[in-house]
Amino acid sequence: MALRPGTAWIVPGLLLAGCAALVIGSLQSSLFAQQTISGLANGGIYASLAVALVLIYRATEVINFAQGAIATFTTYVAWQLIDWGLGYWPAFALTLAIAFAGGFAIELVAIRPVERRGHQLSVVIASIGLLILIEGAIGYIWGSEIKFMPAPFPAHVYRVGGVAFSRQDLATIAISIASVVLLWLLFQFTKVGLAMRAAAVRPEAARLVGIRVSWMLSLGWGLAAMLGAVAGMMAAASPTTLLQPSMMDGVLIYAFAAAVLGGLESAAGAVVGALAIGVTLNLLGSYVSWVTPQLLLPAAFVLMLVVLLVKPSGLFGRTRVRKV
Amino acid sequence: MPLLALRDVDARYGQVQALRGVTLTVEEGEIVAILGANGAGKTTTLRAVSGTVRRSGTIELDGRSLARSGPERAARLGVAHVPEGRGTFSELTVWENLRLGAHTRRGALKDDFRRVLGYFPWLEARRAQQAGTLSGGEQQMLALARALMQRPRLLLLDEPSLGLAPLVVAEIFRIVRELNEREGTAVLLVEQNARTSLATAARAYVLEVGAVAYHGTSDELGERDAIRRSYLGY
Amino acid sequence: MRLRRSSLAGPAVAVAAAVAIGVLPHWLSNYHRSTGADVGVFFTAILALNIVTGYTGQISIGHGAFMAVGGYTTAILTHDHGWSDLATLPAAALVGFAAGVVVGLPALRFRGVYLALTTFAVALAVPQIAKNYPGFTGGTEGLALPTHSGLWLYRTAWVVAGIVFVAAWLLLRGRTGRAFRAVRDSEVAAASSGVSLPVYKTVAFGISAGVAAVAGSVYVLVNNFVNPDVFGLQLSLYVLIGAVVGGLGSLWGVLVGAAFVQLLPLGLTSSSLTSSQLVPVIFGAVVIAVMALLPLGAANLLHAVLHFGSRSAQSADVPLGTEGR
Repeated sequence: MALRPGTAWIVPGLLLAGCAALVIGSLQSSLFAQQTISGLANGGIYASLAVALVLIYRATEVINFAQGAIATFTTYVAWQLIDWGLGYWPAFALTLAIAFAGGFAIELVAIRPVERRGHQLSVVIASIGLLILIEGAIGYIWGSEIKFMPAPFPAHVYRVGGVAFSRQDLATIAISIASVVLLWLLFQFTKVGLAMRAAAVRPEAARLVGIRVSWMLSLGWGLAAMLGAVAGMMAAASPTTLLQPSMMDGVLIYAFAAAVLGGLESAAGAVVGALAIGVTLNLLGSYVSWVTPQLLLPAAFVLMLVVLLVKPSGLFGRTRVRKV
Repeated sequence: MPLLALRDVDARYGQVQALRGVTLTVEEGEIVAILGANGAGKTTTLRAVSGTVRRSGTIELDGRSLARSGPERAARLGVAHVPEGRGTFSELTVWENLRLGAHTRRGALKDDFRRVLGYFPWLEARRAQQAGTLSGGEQQMLALARALMQRPRLLLLDEPSLGLAPLVVAEIFRIVRELNEREGTAVLLVEQNARTSLATAARAYVLEVGAVAYHGTSDELGERDAIRRSYLGY
Repeated sequence: MRLRRSSLAGPAVAVAAAVAIGVLPHWLSNYHRSTGADVGVFFTAILALNIVTGYTGQISIGHGAFMAVGGYTTAILTHDHGWSDLATLPAAALVGFAAGVVVGLPALRFRGVYLALTTFAVALAVPQIAKNYPGFTGGTEGLALPTHSGLWLYRTAWVVAGIVFVAAWLLLRGRTGRAFRAVRDSEVAAASSGVSLPVYKTVAFGISAGVAAVAGSVYVLVNNFVNPDVFGLQLSLYVLIGAVVGGLGSLWGVLVGAAFVQLLPLGLTSSSLTSSQLVPVIFGAVVIAVMALLPLGAANLLHAVLHFGSRSAQSADVPLGTEGR
């Protein structure tokens, strides 16, 4: 990172300070603790989607505008499976597999032809076309009335020292973190994960060692779709979210903000950004009276803007040297 | 039958034709050099073999046509291309770079690692280092090591001495010769430095404006003053 | 305009198109005239986007926000202060210009994709902010505006479009245009030739926003209604799609893009060939197909056809999104 000496500690320092503030606040006030946990749960949902965005961005420098819509679609698929009688967790597992296949297929059919001949902006527009297509498809197949998605965990509240934590929130945090960690393990320790990383950073050199770069891209889209499915399922499980075609629109925005905050090329950054956004927005909403629900979105935007003005390549991004 | 045979190969970059009717061969276990001025088409010839440029004509590896293959298939068939600039995965570690070299191989890699460390023992200590932070010479050696992990039949080496100090260059060429002798790997070498190339290679082709202007054994080329002066610059 | 060489062909076609557009309403119903007005609005908006994205290479996915600024200016001035509709247009342009400069200044620090996402966030934030201050903006209930005949709307929209087109054409032909293109093609080279980057980039944003604001004003007049959802995400996305499908960096592409984005969905819906639920599916699929077949937009196809066989038939001035990060 091209930083002035001494500034390398700013980001970790700030994060640590933030965490400390959260812990202290939680110990002082049970409302604070509850809002922190549910903020983390929201952040977990944003994190899954944000990592999906980063996955695709790292490999292709393209922002996939359809990521949220794909996540919503897979959530509808899960709903349908459950409606047909499958249990929640078998449906979840099957949905993940279907999401993978779907993401893979979308890259093959819709993205590859565009990528072959166009440049990044064409692919971005194609992803917007995909967004319109998929949300339309949801409406066509399932209609746009709100569906009821059964909750995976019967509503249960854990009480620790006078603070109430919902089981769903804790499960969301756990599942989101687990999926990101599993992905990390895949990338670090498997042959295919290494090949995907190589294809993302140096596609030409990767071809020379025999990696089929275009298949790696499709794999990436498949994995991203799986992460989206996790995000969608967790979002639908929350009592305040309704299963409708536009369900993930808002989450997509927060996921963008998180990914940008984190530096777009760093999955870890996206996770940190997502958790930060989730917690900050929740706390802002609870404690600052003039921050109404409508202002949450602009608030996230302001947060993103502030970080970018200070560090234009995001918290964990690398400042690139542009070759003339 | 030669290991590699090019017959009447054309190649183009967009509208610009870079190779015209290039014909050359590399025998099993041979080291062959391609020489010529900048822009003569040396790098393009290697790219034509590995399939990273649009080309037409006959390109055969052991009788098998490579004409329709991309680099992925060429790698699978035993061609290791170390491009200009090394092709190092700078963001990944030294160890990961080596593992990637073996991407096309199936089965356990322990033997391969051992062999590679035999040639480049210093790699062991640096395995976790980010490859981009190695020096130019080290990256070149890492590139060779990566190619070696592939157990290639043919090694395409593009300008290995570029940007390196003479001592480092000498070491690299020593290793290339050793690889050729011990593993029997054929090498098609592109080099600006004609003297070093002729000292290493058995035969050489001299390219001029995309076509083969002259070819012969290294001794022949080295002896003919006229050739040396007009094509090789010394 | 790409057809510089054939210097008579350009203006001649422009005049012909203007005549055609002027005469068209004669055969259209009132409803279709207001649809035509919508196409005119999008023409202006896409032209605005082109100034910043096609000509100076700064990606913006948020022009809906600038349209909102203009639209609300018009609505508030007419509704609360009794201004006459057309008089609000210059005011909207000024407010838009100011907004554009406000966005353009911090945007100087952002590259490519970060700029795109920031403008995207702006586009989403503006409707939310509008909802939050209903006293000022009428909130979700919105503000109603005086109605006009389809013909009036059509004429207003296209006269505005025409003025903007001519102004843009003049601007882009001259020094400013060259400076803009220099900034797009290579910022470093432009700066070393003495083009003041911050000034030109910010001015481009300002002009673009001002034009978009005017488009927003007319849009609001066409709908005779404004509320935050009118300027939601979909609007920004459609303007961007129109710009790219038409062909960035081409004034002709703007017309194609506007027609595509307005008429295709409408045509599909009213054709009763398919259920209305499938319209977005088909539209989305067509957008993807267009990107696969004509990645540089329709205008490039036109360009290739007109210059068939010549060197310049190979592609165009549109290297986008790759300007570093």
